[in-house]
Amino acid sequence: MTLSLAHFLALAAILFALSVVGIFLNRRNVIVMLMSIELMLLAVNINFIAFSHFLGDAAGQVFVFFIMTVAAAESAIGLAILVVLFRMLDTVDAQELDSLKG
Amino acid sequence: MKTAYLLAAFAPLVGAIVAGLFGRQVGRAGAHWVTIIGVAISFAASLWTLFDVLTGNTFDGPLYTWAAFDNLSIQVGFLIDPLTATMMCVVTSVSLMVHIYTIGYMADDPGYQRFFSYISLFTFSMMMLVMANNFMQLFFGWEAVGLVSYLLIGFWYTRESAIYANLKAFLVNRVGDFGFVLGIGLVLAYFGSLDYAQVFAEAPKLADRQVNLWGMTQWSLMTVTCICLFIGAMGKSAQFPLHVWLPDSMEGPTPISALIHAATMVTAGIFMVSRMSPLFELSDTALSFVMVIGAITALFMGFLGIVQNDIKRVVAYSTLSQLGYMTVALAASAYSVAIFHLMTHAFFKALLFLGAGSVIIGMHHDQDMRNMGGLRKYMPVTWITFLVGSLALIGTPFFSGFYSKDMIIEAVRYSDIPGARFGYFAVLAGVFVTALYTFRMYFLVFHGQPRWGRVHGHGHDAAGHDDHHHGLGPGDTPHESPRVVTVPLVLLAIASVVSGALWIEPMLFGDFFADSIHVDGRHGAMATLAEHWHGWVALGTHALQTWPFWLALAGVVTAWFLYMVKPGVLAAIASAFGPIYRLLDNKYYLDRINEIVFAGGARLIGRGLWRGGDQTFIDGLIVNGSARLTAWFSGVLRLAQTGHLNTYAITMIIGVALLMLFVILPLL
Repeated sequence: MTLSLAHFLALAAILFALSVVGIFLNRRNVIVMLMSIELMLLAVNINFIAFSHFLGDAAGQVFVFFIMTVAAAESAIGLAILVVLFRMLDTVDAQELDSLKG
Repeated sequence: MKTAYLLAAFAPLVGAIVAGLFGRQVGRAGAHWVTIIGVAISFAASLWTLFDVLTGNTFDGPLYTWAAFDNLSIQVGFLIDPLTATMMCVVTSVSLMVHIYTIGYMADDPGYQRFFSYISLFTFSMMMLVMANNFMQLFFGWEAVGLVSYLLIGFWYTRESAIYANLKAFLVNRVGDFGFVLGIGLVLAYFGSLDYAQVFAEAPKLADRQVNLWGMTQWSLMTVTCICLFIGAMGKSAQFPLHVWLPDSMEGPTPISALIHAATMVTAGIFMVSRMSPLFELSDTALSFVMVIGAITALFMGFLGIVQNDIKRVVAYSTLSQLGYMTVALAASAYSVAIFHLMTHAFFKALLFLGAGSVIIGMHHDQDMRNMGGLRKYMPVTWITFLVGSLALIGTPFFSGFYSKDMIIEAVRYSDIPGARFGYFAVLAGVFVTALYTFRMYFLVFHGQPRWGRVHGHGHDAAGHDDHHHGLGPGDTPHESPRVVTVPLVLLAIASVVSGALWIEPMLFGDFFADSIHVDGRHGAMATLAEHWHGWVALGTHALQTWPFWLALAGVVTAWFLYMVKPGVLAAIASAFGPIYRLLDNKYYLDRINEIVFAGGARLIGRGLWRGGDQTFIDGLIVNGSARLTAWFSGVLRLAQTGHLNTYAITMIIGVALLMLFVILPLL
């Protein structure tokens, strides 16, 4: 059995769905939430690479580099915010972070 | 344009401005000198104008263009003809007497300069009213005299009753003025001009014109216009049912009652109708209306004079009744008789009021006739002049009032408009009533036992000093008034005696008013009167054979019997006719009715609008309602703002999913 495009897309979809479920199920841990978001980005990256490979167009892989760079920066910033948050409030529990409640 | 006209109108204005704005600088003497000189100049100019008019020099022309629209120009202008000249002389002569008299009456008043300023301003306004040659200036004068009247009724503004009285006068006059403005509006709408000469010239052409009222009924234009104008006259000349302000206006100082509320301002309505005679002559309906209103006023206001105890109020009701007589004369198309009665009435009523004022000075500002009596020994000049005024008022032969009143009665008798029978009955019965209340007042004040000097509520204590109800304390006696008070009384008494005999022939039967007053051929009362005219001596001696003389005599005898011979009968009469007495004592409950229906109705509407319109609708629904709506909507929106990260994240995911749905679905 050869790997077709559909296999890659299915894998990406499963990964994406997992991360969405992660966000839905996880109500407390902000780090898990960040991890879910990273997972989503990875799912999207798999899509890009798969299309790039099967369509014979390198542009998709170029995009993936950019996305990974941005995702790394975003994670760094997200974690930095979390550190500061913990220093200020002594917690990273998402349930308790409701200062924006209207 | 003659200088005399300008002087006659504006000299009092100069006096008013100097005394009013620079009263502190010119001082008390300065204030009365400057105003008296101003009015004296005006009087002299008026006399000169009258003699000039008698030689045939009339004038009608603009003085100054006040405003100009595309085809209407509103001007300040003078119309000088015999009617105007007569009114000018009446106004300025009475005003001059009152100015002089005021020096004595207001001697101790702190508002001395203010008072002189007001009465001079009044003279100016009245002159503008009578000299006007267009409706706009007439209206200006009309409102200006109303304003001054308001200021003067409330002259003692610390007295609550004075404030109520001037407010009442102002409001009741607004009702009349509303009709007046509508009348002027109709004139402008249909004649396209406000100029007397132009309007009167075009009036016959519009005599048959119909106008639509309330969308369904057709009315004669002239009838509607004249009734509207007459409603204005009803307010100013205190005709039933708009008379209620005049008795209360007696809260003002007595010189004002004499000048404004008896002799001049209240006759503005009579003058106005006479001036509008070319319009009124075209509508018999309007004349009938005038007749009925005048007759009711003449008779029923006289009745009220019988039960009053305040000396000024008796004279006030007498004024109402006499104004009713003038109105009846107008309705009988005897305009010149109305003006003639206006003139004689101005003299003898000013005399009576100033005499009453002199009594009030003597009684130390006590106005209740029950506290007077026997004053003839203490105030001889006042007594004699007051008697002369009373005799003139009841129409004793050869006195001025006799000629004018007898002519009114005769004119109504010969009039044949609908309502004239009722008018004739009312003025005839009014003669008896007039004599009764006049001599009741005369006997109560000047004859009988002295009833003053008893201790009553307001004594000579310092606390009550600025309250103008004082009265004599025990041991005090009344005293004759100073010369400045008695001299005007004597002059007015002379005028009250001679003015009738002297001027009846030229004013009524000559062609004196031929230019100013138009009488239609259909209304023949004046023509019939002229046929029966045999000179003033004949009229005076003929009086013994006529009803009015015997009715007046009966009135005097009744008053003498009831108040001098058998005062005990009075109480018996009052209790026997209890309901009628109470009706009269309460002035036909008109004040009560006004209070309940009009004031109460206005308050009800006001409360309805306040509660329903303002509080519920505007405040509740619109202002607070929009705020509440915003609050409710933002409350709903707040529910979405939980502050939890995952809610936002989930919302975003759902949003993206929905977006994708929208993008993908069409492709499938």
